[in-house]
Amino acid sequence: MTRIGSTLKPALIPILAVITAFIVGSIFILITDFENLAKLGTDPAGALAGAVGTIGNAYYAMLVGALGDPARIAAALADPTPKALASAVRPITETLVSATPLIFCGLAVAISFRSGVFNIGVEGQFVLGAFGAAVAAIAVKDLLPAPLILLVGALFGVLTGALWGFIPGLLKAKTGAHEVITTIMLNYVAAEIIVFGLRSEFLRQEGSGQPISKNLAAFVRMPQILELPAIRLHWGFVVALLMAVVVSWFLFKTTKGYELRAAGFNLHAARYAGMSASGSIILAMTLSGALAGLGGSMEVMGTVSQMSGNISSGYGFNAIALALLAGNRPAGIVAAALLFGALRTGGALMQVKTGIPLDLLFFIQALVIMFVAAPGLVRVLYRFDRTRMPGGDKTATEGGAA
Amino acid sequence: MRLELKDITKRFPGVLANDRISISADRGEVLGLLGENGAGKSTLMNILSGLYKPDSGEILIDGTPRAFTDPRQAIDAGIGMVHQHFQLVPVFDVVEAVALGAESVSGPVGTFDRKTARARVVELSQQYNLNVNPDAKIEDLPVGVRQRVEILKALYRKSDILVLDEPSAVLTPFETEELFGIIRGLAEAGTTVIFITHKLNEVLEVADRITVLRRGRVAGTVEPRDATREILANLMVGRDVELKVVKGPATPGDVMLTITDLHVRDDREHMAVKGVSLDVRAGEIVALAGVQGNGQTELVEAIVGLRSADSGEIVIDGHTTTSASPRHVSDLGVAHVPEDRMRDGLIGAMTVAENFILDTYHREPYSKRGSLNAKAIAEGAELAVKDYDVRTPSIETYAGSLSGGNQQKVVVAREFSRPVKLVVAAQPTRGLDVGSIEYIHKRMVEQRDAGAAVLIVSTELDEVLAVGDRVAIMLGGKIVGILEGPDATYEKVGMLMGGAGE
Repeated sequence: MTRIGSTLKPALIPILAVITAFIVGSIFILITDFENLAKLGTDPAGALAGAVGTIGNAYYAMLVGALGDPARIAAALADPTPKALASAVRPITETLVSATPLIFCGLAVAISFRSGVFNIGVEGQFVLGAFGAAVAAIAVKDLLPAPLILLVGALFGVLTGALWGFIPGLLKAKTGAHEVITTIMLNYVAAEIIVFGLRSEFLRQEGSGQPISKNLAAFVRMPQILELPAIRLHWGFVVALLMAVVVSWFLFKTTKGYELRAAGFNLHAARYAGMSASGSIILAMTLSGALAGLGGSMEVMGTVSQMSGNISSGYGFNAIALALLAGNRPAGIVAAALLFGALRTGGALMQVKTGIPLDLLFFIQALVIMFVAAPGLVRVLYRFDRTRMPGGDKTATEGGAA
Repeated sequence: MRLELKDITKRFPGVLANDRISISADRGEVLGLLGENGAGKSTLMNILSGLYKPDSGEILIDGTPRAFTDPRQAIDAGIGMVHQHFQLVPVFDVVEAVALGAESVSGPVGTFDRKTARARVVELSQQYNLNVNPDAKIEDLPVGVRQRVEILKALYRKSDILVLDEPSAVLTPFETEELFGIIRGLAEAGTTVIFITHKLNEVLEVADRITVLRRGRVAGTVEPRDATREILANLMVGRDVELKVVKGPATPGDVMLTITDLHVRDDREHMAVKGVSLDVRAGEIVALAGVQGNGQTELVEAIVGLRSADSGEIVIDGHTTTSASPRHVSDLGVAHVPEDRMRDGLIGAMTVAENFILDTYHREPYSKRGSLNAKAIAEGAELAVKDYDVRTPSIETYAGSLSGGNQQKVVVAREFSRPVKLVVAAQPTRGLDVGSIEYIHKRMVEQRDAGAAVLIVSTELDEVLAVGDRVAIMLGGKIVGILEGPDATYEKVGMLMGGAGE
């Protein structure tokens, strides 16, 4: 197999899963298009044409919504005013903005899964990281210049996230408490801490009855990548990409990463080799929490500028599915996060343009995960690897040992 | 019934598992099916039991061609399988376990007719001298009796053809003798028995005829009276094999491992090692014999630091290591070949190269200041693959996809690539083919001759007697005898293993 072939091979199932999910999604668009269905009896040809048109329109709107409108891009190229430029790049930048927290959370999940611990608490670590960053930034807002506020905020985001990962890690290592249970519970604790904190005078937006924080943009803001009106893309996205590289390096090029992977695959062998199982668990959970916390701080200081109870629209949970889709590979996480981000932003335009509800996107997202979780289904659908038969593998390797 | 398999061929992706295999066994005959791992024995038996469909060839029972598409049909045709890993529900009693899936029912709602079932179990047990208590719980039974329950299960289903897959793997020498008695009784009563094994002595002892498989083909069929161990080994491997371990006399030096009155608990907190004292000297191989489950596993885990001792003392090369960590023990120059290599010795989902550094990854040249040196790791792995003749497509191959023999070579290569003062090897040749066993034994003797102390734990009498300069026998958590030189005979060690020494 060629080099490119072997790099692409792990992506084959996810790519086919995505294609299949869109095909199944189009079937659902069809059977919910009642007007068109009604025509089926009287005008089958028209119904068919209508069906193709509906699906085409929907997916085209999604594509335009996620990547950009060709007409606006052409207009911007012809007359590059800031306003025209902004309108051309808005869709793609919004996709990247949506992908940013997903990359952080996906990496957080992947690092824990690679180490054999199941951090279901990325959501809590993300929101608490955002909260920690907001609190720290507000606390030092009058003491430090903006770049330092940014640094302190990010640092506190990382620390609170790390702490929220460290606690279940410690509990598991020392008492055997299962991390799935403890992290889920700590998600609730994190949410309540935030609600409680946002009631305080110190954090709350003056004059607002809502549990939302002061607007951070007044004194700290993650710098923008493009200085265009109403474009939200900030350097947090680049930080996320950087983290993917760092995580990849850490897992595969350092002794600590080697230990984590060894413990993740086979705890017995790791112990046999003299590694500390409890150390690996704690380290993996702490690092996982730290990544999620950094993601939270980028979100609150870069994208939304205001801490609230719903700063995350389920990023931490989506990230679990995302890590599965990516096979816990950092490059795959980035790709999958971009896809999920594109679905989110593209879906909004599709809803506006065609009336097909945004929920279709969550439907497609769920199908993608399902097909990835059941690779056998994809193999059967696309008839590759036909020689592989259930139960035949083991004997085949035994035979190969002869 | 007469069983005949004719020209059976079965192909898996990339492997011809069975290549025109023909075997036959008459009514009342015991056919020994001999072959190494991967020779195609299991595939053939899975075809016979209806799990796989052959690509070509036919199965004839009493001359009638039969095709099985699922195991149920094979059972109905009178074929009974006793698998190496028992298929019994631990919480059932013997009657329930035997009747499961073939229950006689009575009454309007079809309740289990225990009385009838029990009567048949008792009858069969007496008829074939199986000596099984029908009301005992499976989980309370010793392994040898569980195997007899499996045989009962087959007989209960009126099997006329009984297939036993590596039946002696879990038995004591005494239990194996008992099993052979039962097999002969069954054959005399007209049952056709197919006895699958890789042990040369056993087929010579129990079989009426021996068919040897090699690489998916029949290498030859011989009668026991015409065969010797050497002839069979040659047929199995395809070349002459040194069955005896070649080694000179031991030159024992300083005591390298001292165990004094050691007590160790198992996972269930039961005392598994009850006061073991043992010395192993540099330049000698001590073989620790014993049936599985007599405390050897816990003893080894205590020595290498994986299990903490309850009381007693372990001294390695002058250092007290009773409560030392695995890394501390390994840093003292202890090589550990673990009992369960897939569980402890290897990480199947990591590459061969990554497995080579499992206990040296934190040292130079494999890493420096916390970052791995890919070049040094690859070089080390290439060298070890060459030195230890590991058959792997590349060092980037996942260790889990190698054959058992090659996996064990990876483990041994890794452990012996460090300076070694003490070797602790638990069941180092379990499940390996004759060629790999020869190789591993040679390497153990090399370590001894280079001045290391070697402790080999084994349940195989042949191995114990072949490699051990001294043989210690463990039973019930204690060492019940240490035999040396001509004193260590097959009979004596076997008797001590079975508890006849008390």
